[in-house]
Amino acid sequence: MIVAYEKCLHCGCCVGTCKQNAIYLNDYILQFNDLCNRCGRCVKVCPVGALTLEVK
Amino acid sequence: MQKLQCDVVVVGAGPGGSMAAKYAAEGGLSVLLLEKKAEIGAPLRCAEGVSKKWLKEMGIEPDPKWISADMDGAIIVSPSGHRFKLDESHAGNEVGYVLERHLFDKALAEMAAVAGATIMMRTSCTGVIKEDGKLVGVYANRMGEPLEIRAKCVVAADGFESQVSRWAGLDTSIDLKDMDSCLQYRMANIDVEPNYCEFVLGSAAPGGYLWIFPKGNGRANVGIGVQGTKCKRGADAKYYLDKFVNEDPRLKDGQILEIVAGGVSTCPGLDDTVLDNFLAVGDAARLIDPITGGGIAHACQSGMYAGQVLVDCAKEGDFSKAALQVYDTMWRDSMEDKLVRNWIAKEKFATLDDKILDDVVLAINDSDIKEVNVYNLLKVIKDKYPDLMSEMEDLF
Repeated sequence: MIVAYEKCLHCGCCVGTCKQNAIYLNDYILQFNDLCNRCGRCVKVCPVGALTLEVK
Repeated sequence: MQKLQCDVVVVGAGPGGSMAAKYAAEGGLSVLLLEKKAEIGAPLRCAEGVSKKWLKEMGIEPDPKWISADMDGAIIVSPSGHRFKLDESHAGNEVGYVLERHLFDKALAEMAAVAGATIMMRTSCTGVIKEDGKLVGVYANRMGEPLEIRAKCVVAADGFESQVSRWAGLDTSIDLKDMDSCLQYRMANIDVEPNYCEFVLGSAAPGGYLWIFPKGNGRANVGIGVQGTKCKRGADAKYYLDKFVNEDPRLKDGQILEIVAGGVSTCPGLDDTVLDNFLAVGDAARLIDPITGGGIAHACQSGMYAGQVLVDCAKEGDFSKAALQVYDTMWRDSMEDKLVRNWIAKEKFATLDDKILDDVVLAINDSDIKEVNVYNLLKVIKDKYPDLMSEMEDLF
């Protein structure tokens, strides 16, 4: 996952939407763990478009 | 690592957490209330509208210090621009105050403090402590200092993302159709009606709505919620909100003083809100009205119930899931019917196209309904479009 930290508003929309428990908002810094299955839900719901799926 | 011990640790000092802490502390329990931010109530994550009725029910005396504006009614705007104005007597529970959340939240936290709770600022919960599968507390970090907090019960009041609920083992997963991606600008130098909350329906806000909640003197919260399933491009909320702000002549000279984002659940609450030694309140329990997106009242109420039940549990020394189930039952008795009904109604509203929404708003105008609420709106739709509502018969 590529995070545009300059766009992120730390709102937690992605965290609350993740079904994999793969995203954590650790003291204002978004972190992803390897449970991410690239479903893309967080990318869609981010209000400001701060997330992009890495091209594998 | 510093070790702390208490009866109840509450994670999150929003309205739900503060009320849980207040009622638990008033009942004589030792309570730690953790807040990860440096300021209670800020940064904002809310449109700040509340109805008046529940404040009274909660015994919270309205204080001009945290009331930004007092509403006389609401305006519903149809997709093609028909404006339907409801005065307070017709707008049911949906009208009330627009708050200053940064002051309101502090006022509630102060109530918890006066009741005897210990508030720990800039303290993030970093995990839960489990021993032999039993939840016995949380790990936290207070400005760089790691803490081990042992408690008889953990209360998750950490909002939409509710990391604590996940760590504890609750199923918090949510369908994209049951959440909204939200963005709001606090604007100044705009020309909106000072005492009417405005709700704009239709494809300008796919699956959700746009709002203008006035805050006096040419200021307002201007925001949008877009249903998760209708988010297609990434930054949908920003796209539609910018479009609205750029096209509405009343906002053309406006400037943005604050950008607020967030997720809002529009489901009827979690299936389970209690575990052994654990319960969740407010947004963390997904207790948000699925139609309005309002969560403050439910957070306060569920927090109060939680605090009261924790006091009873302490008397018996039993914080098992079975004992805490009383809390689950209390919030369900008080709000579940409405949550479910509004959830079903939301599903229906989200499918209506602009043409039908226009007709519906005009139909309300022509109707003689005494009070505009979700139930009466659905009745108007049913009279005009019986086919649309055929699968919703059991609502009436």
